[in-house]
Amino acid sequence: MRIVIVGDGKVGVTLTDQLSREGHDIVIIDKDMRVLRESVDQYDVLAIHGNGASLSVQREAGVGESDLLIAATSADEVNLICCVLAKKLGVKRTIARVRNPEYDEQLIYLKEDLGLSMTINPEKAAAMEILNLLRFPAVIQRDTFAKGRVEIIELKIRKESPLAGRYLHELTHIVKAQVLICAVERGDEVIIPTGAFQMQAGDNIFVTGASRNLAALVQNLGIVEQKIKNVMLIGGSRIAYYLASALLAEGAAVKIIEIDPERCRQLAGLLPRASIVCSDGTQPEVLAAEGLVDADAVITLTDIDEENLILSMYAHQQGVYKVISKINRMEYNELCQKMGIASIVSPKNLVCNDIVRYVRAMENTEEDSVLALHRIVNDKVEALEFSVAEDTLHLNVPLRDIRLRDGVLLACINRNGKIIIPGGNDVLRKRDSVIVVTTADRMYGNLNAIFA
Amino acid sequence: MNYKVIYNIIGRILCVEAAFLVPAVAISTYYQETGAIRALWISIVAIACVGVLLLLPRPVKKDYYAREGYISVGLSWIIISLFGALPFYLSGEVPSYLDAVFETISGFTTTGASILENVEVMSRGLLYWRSFTHWLGGMGVLVFVLALHPMARGSGQSLHLLRAESPGPEVGKLVPKIHKSAKILYGIYIGLTLLQIVLLALGGMPLFDNVTTVFGTAGTGGFAVRADSMAGYSPYIQTVITIFMALFGVNFSVFYLFLSGHPRQALRSEEVRLYIGILAGATLLITLNILPHYANAGEALHHAAFQVSSIMTTTGFATTDFNLWPEFSKCILLLLMIVGACAGSTGGGIKVSRLLLLIKSMRMERKRILHPRSVSVISLDQKPISDETMRGVTLFMTAYFFTAALSFLIVSLDNMGLETSLSAVLACINNIGPGLDIVGPMGNYAAFSPLSKLVLCADMLLGRLEIIPLLMLFAPSAWTKGIRHKQKASGW
Repeated sequence: MRIVIVGDGKVGVTLTDQLSREGHDIVIIDKDMRVLRESVDQYDVLAIHGNGASLSVQREAGVGESDLLIAATSADEVNLICCVLAKKLGVKRTIARVRNPEYDEQLIYLKEDLGLSMTINPEKAAAMEILNLLRFPAVIQRDTFAKGRVEIIELKIRKESPLAGRYLHELTHIVKAQVLICAVERGDEVIIPTGAFQMQAGDNIFVTGASRNLAALVQNLGIVEQKIKNVMLIGGSRIAYYLASALLAEGAAVKIIEIDPERCRQLAGLLPRASIVCSDGTQPEVLAAEGLVDADAVITLTDIDEENLILSMYAHQQGVYKVISKINRMEYNELCQKMGIASIVSPKNLVCNDIVRYVRAMENTEEDSVLALHRIVNDKVEALEFSVAEDTLHLNVPLRDIRLRDGVLLACINRNGKIIIPGGNDVLRKRDSVIVVTTADRMYGNLNAIFA
Repeated sequence: MNYKVIYNIIGRILCVEAAFLVPAVAISTYYQETGAIRALWISIVAIACVGVLLLLPRPVKKDYYAREGYISVGLSWIIISLFGALPFYLSGEVPSYLDAVFETISGFTTTGASILENVEVMSRGLLYWRSFTHWLGGMGVLVFVLALHPMARGSGQSLHLLRAESPGPEVGKLVPKIHKSAKILYGIYIGLTLLQIVLLALGGMPLFDNVTTVFGTAGTGGFAVRADSMAGYSPYIQTVITIFMALFGVNFSVFYLFLSGHPRQALRSEEVRLYIGILAGATLLITLNILPHYANAGEALHHAAFQVSSIMTTTGFATTDFNLWPEFSKCILLLLMIVGACAGSTGGGIKVSRLLLLIKSMRMERKRILHPRSVSVISLDQKPISDETMRGVTLFMTAYFFTAALSFLIVSLDNMGLETSLSAVLACINNIGPGLDIVGPMGNYAAFSPLSKLVLCADMLLGRLEIIPLLMLFAPSAWTKGIRHKQKASGW
């Protein structure tokens, strides 16, 4: 597909990286020659220098002959103009980044009247992801499928865990719940395990199953889930606003520490029930005075990755129950995990996953397209949800007679809301949706591609 | 420095070279040239073996950056020339290996300067290979490899190779994907080549002469299979060659714009306009100047157009011995040698676009002196040219003139006369081939000493790769490799 990306910033570069690796023809437009040159050196893309909202630049980029335009400049208004213009030139679909909270509520009208196919809001997506993690503080990452009925959660096996040293086929026996381990991260290695796999302390396991079964798993493993009632946010960014308003709505106490007095006043106006502290949240004395040790969870949301990481290490060391960091540069993710900062949220990667899913679905207009896509284990593994259609191969054939490609695991079948962890006797039926876990070296756009 | 990636690229190129030698064997078999067949087979096996050996160490990290790109381009051009010379040397038809290398470099760089005293005694298979090197070198061997097999999927790193190999101040892509761009370039190239073969065949040119001449035209090389270059062919054939030489000197992205349905944009290209202007102007001036030497104006125009097109596109074919022309005409030809063809074509020289940028920057500087507070931007085809590009142009020009001056100094040791030495250096560094006097269109380079031949070889490569990639080979910082841990760093 031919895709035009306007704005070569954080989101633009992440999208360029991902979409060009999936083999699409990418044209990027930006006003800054320097970032364009870097992108062209690094990715196989065409770069156009200029204002993406101007007609001549869009013509030069061949927007009219393209399938998709993604407007991801820093200004919402520019993004909207880009999309309107692109539609006039005849592009098939448009996606705009709109992240100003003030536009958030009128998005529905905007989408309809401007013909947008999708809007993305990285900050809001990040806030929702953090909220999700806070609901289940014992898990490191959590991704949902099938309208929230199925989840993949990431757990670390500790030395004292009943799972350490046990084999995979004993799993249901130990945890007394219908769940499946779909991927294991051991050191730098990623394993899609079989029944003979032996779990070790220190492994990160990715478990899939129905949400309530996963809750049972967590309980039976002896992990105590405590409800988070008291949250401290360091940094009063847009994410902080979205997250705080959601947390307040759930009845949690929220404290935001922000250094800029003007921003503090704004937040205080927007979030009357939150307590806003105007101070430098990177100083331990300030944190101590504001009761860091009394917080159930600390979320570091400053603009600087390094600060977020150091703050979360500090909070961790102070014994805070749940610590989550916002990180923009995921390149050092593995390092962060080794240092014990487990939960990391990256706004640009979240929206990028959404767009990649959308693009793959665009390529497969048939019914068996991608419903959801999540990347786990540092983007080394993809978990995809497909719907089963009439033309899906091997319908109603017992799974033990079907051969799948190497590195592909059929993790879950959702049949009208009933969640099945598939065994050899189970079959695929029309209108099911299935969750497939694959090592990400091959991109799957439709369900039939997984069969060998 | 990622050496394994460089081995891999060079290995691939050698395999491609070995494969392209096979048709030469077929031709030699047809003409029953036993000596040439043996030499060709030995060369093919040797080249393929070295190529496969280089492909064996699988690169662990496939990343390569600007320096790996420049180094692999510089090295691979030297290596394919050294190996490509094997058939000439092994067959004994070119007794000295240095001469064989000179001939091959001259082929790959599309120069067309020859050390052969008499081409007509050479075996046909070797003559075919000699002309084919023009065709392959014209568009670039690495571009061919890129078109054939994209290197790293989705990564822009192959652009470093394209940049280093393609001539011109600014190298861009036609379409987002680099291997598609390379395919389009080769598609246009092959299309034009086939068209010319058909047109020449209609003129009754013998097939072998036809194909080798077309290779020489397409790569803007200039090796002919007859001692009198193109003089012996019919005026129709000469006219077709005139037109196609001019076409192959045009920036290929202009053809792409034409084919993709943007003819107006294509015609607006300032570079192509100036190129056509210079071609027409030079032809007119030379026609007037040589009028007394020919029977009628038509004949004078015919020969003037052929020679101008041949020299400006840096091809180097000749229909007449322009050594005998008056001083003024020879001087125009000498200047055309330096100007060269358009950027992004198969021609050499300093390129019309660089000339255009230099003229524009001169005009701007003049304005700046008169109005010190004025602000102006140099633009080409309505697009502003970055300072970086301008710096690249000045850097190239400086390097170009230093190289030419130094080579001229060394070649002058041979005492061959000012005109011969100067035109030989210019003809080599601009990839033209024939110069004036002893190295004129009916002469050759055999008389030079080995030292001068080496210098001229270097000039041809420097000219084809536009100096910088080869200079990288002599930069110590390009070759450094850090000391690595024996085992993987183990956590914290």
